[in-house]
Amino acid sequence: MSSLEGWLAVAERSTTRYVLRVIVIVYLALLVGWPVWLVIQHTFGNGLEALRAALSDVFVVFSLKLTLAVALQAVLLNTVFGVGVSLLLARYTFPGKRALSALVDLPLSVSPVVVGLALILVYGPRDGWFGAWLHERGFEVIFSAPGMIMATAFVSLPLVIREVVPVLQERGIDEEQAAASLGATPLQSFWRITLPAIKWALVYGVVLTFARALGEFGAVKIVSGNLVGRTQTATLLVEQKYQDFAQSTAYATAFLLAAVSVACITVVTVLRKDHAGTRSTKHASASAKKRGGQ
Amino acid sequence: MSIVVNNVSKRFGNFVALDNVSVSLPTGQLTALLGPSGGGKSTLLRIIAGLESADQGTIEIAGTDATGVPARKRNVGFVFQHYAAFKHMSVAKNVAFGLDIRKTPKDEVRARVDELLRLVHLEQFAHRLPSQLSGGQRQRMALARALAVQPSVLLLDEPFGALDAKVRKELREWLRRLHDEFPVTTVFVTHDQEEALEVADEIVVINEGRVEQIGSPDELYDEPANEFVMSFLGPATRLGTELVRPHDIEVLSHDPGEGFYAGTVSRSTRVGFEVRSDVVIQSPEFTGTVQFVATRAEARSLKLDSGAQVWLRKSPGATSVVAGPLAVDEAAAPFANYAI
Repeated sequence: MSSLEGWLAVAERSTTRYVLRVIVIVYLALLVGWPVWLVIQHTFGNGLEALRAALSDVFVVFSLKLTLAVALQAVLLNTVFGVGVSLLLARYTFPGKRALSALVDLPLSVSPVVVGLALILVYGPRDGWFGAWLHERGFEVIFSAPGMIMATAFVSLPLVIREVVPVLQERGIDEEQAAASLGATPLQSFWRITLPAIKWALVYGVVLTFARALGEFGAVKIVSGNLVGRTQTATLLVEQKYQDFAQSTAYATAFLLAAVSVACITVVTVLRKDHAGTRSTKHASASAKKRGGQ
Repeated sequence: MSIVVNNVSKRFGNFVALDNVSVSLPTGQLTALLGPSGGGKSTLLRIIAGLESADQGTIEIAGTDATGVPARKRNVGFVFQHYAAFKHMSVAKNVAFGLDIRKTPKDEVRARVDELLRLVHLEQFAHRLPSQLSGGQRQRMALARALAVQPSVLLLDEPFGALDAKVRKELREWLRRLHDEFPVTTVFVTHDQEEALEVADEIVVINEGRVEQIGSPDELYDEPANEFVMSFLGPATRLGTELVRPHDIEVLSHDPGEGFYAGTVSRSTRVGFEVRSDVVIQSPEFTGTVQFVATRAEARSLKLDSGAQVWLRKSPGATSVVAGPLAVDEAAAPFANYAI
């Protein structure tokens, strides 16, 4: 028994660490690194030729523009709505608060395909109980931009909220109350106190939302109808080109999407590091303030 | 009267924070709301500031009814226990906040901020962030920020509660001097009776949501209205049917006859310049442990060692109140109320 414990202790110190490291590296390489590397390899197999060909295809350019437009509008929606819901969740108590909090997480657990179908049930032009009414008045949601924006906003809904709520809770309401006692209206207090406090969390949330919105596939595929040159986003185009044996175009477009997402993640990582830096100076200043005392 | 609180009640769920409280606070005075934690004093202060709303009752500030007025229109300066510094703004920006909100001309703001920073001795820290200041400096900044808008009343919620003992003492002396120079009506909440006795012109003792007594520090100490006030403001011990101060007990080492309780010293502890002793009394009229305080010289001449036989009574003319039944925690922690 004791020899086993001794063996375990030694193993813990050295072997376990290396074994774990190798497992993680192999796992990540097989799951993420190699596939992404192959996309890059296929894209640049003939130098820049595939990229040039893809970017001279009007449908590719259109799909990229559409993806960008849909993503930006979904981000805008989720930023405004996300900050509002965050304030509601962090600052107020009301019946059903826990239910609302759980509901906010729902998009993370529901398959995007289900989201797409649900939107069609509500906003479908023929059978949707609200969509038919809108259709009569000439406003199309499904198979057009509003539906795609809604689907994208739905799947990326929690990202801003889950970044902002903890920061609001940690900061507490003292600063906002101090602002009020100094004469600030709620709006002034929001712009001058609350927003600067959540600034970095909001930036992370927005960047994550943007990255998620660029990559959305399932929900958008269902609500957009995948009409080439009209409602086909970049992810849908990649799938179609791949199935049509236009693989170099598919890889090039996929590479562009991945490159933007990687850039987003890089930005987030750098920002997080910066922000963590400002946080740690708080502790460092504990010693500085003694020196700066009187 | 600068602040008039009329029949204010406040509940949080089933917890009664304030039970029909009425207080009038005169203009220009420094008043302490004193009481144990959870007694309702902070709630009262926050209701006066408009940060909390009363379930019932009215608040009048500087002669006008403020009951339904939002905090930002009450012209009340509020200082929080944990400073509530605007973390992303420099010290100068913090102090200027209320003036900026009021769209004061820039030159005027700068002059006023400079003046206030000088007043709180932070002029060389104007461009620092709050995180680069010590707790005491942050609280002085918060005070300057509250004073910047020239409030009709200044409210401080446990302003020194988060600071260490030495800084706390310095700051409260400084607050007293500041108030003497700028006599704005000031109310501060504290659970520290020494702080209240030292700084305040008037003390409102609040316990379990009710006002126990209002008066000057001397009045409260010399003429406590009840057992609670007596035991909360300074040490108190039970002798017979009365609650008396441990330093108001007369001790003899021989039997003087009538009017004294005989007892045995069970413990004697020297704390600095004084000797604190526990005496166990077992007589037909009273059984219990009495604490008393003597100077070192007295203790030596009385030979106050453990096991010594002594005779006690309340010093003639000393403050006392009639005591209720012996509380359990009082018996368990007889020195809980001691403060040097």
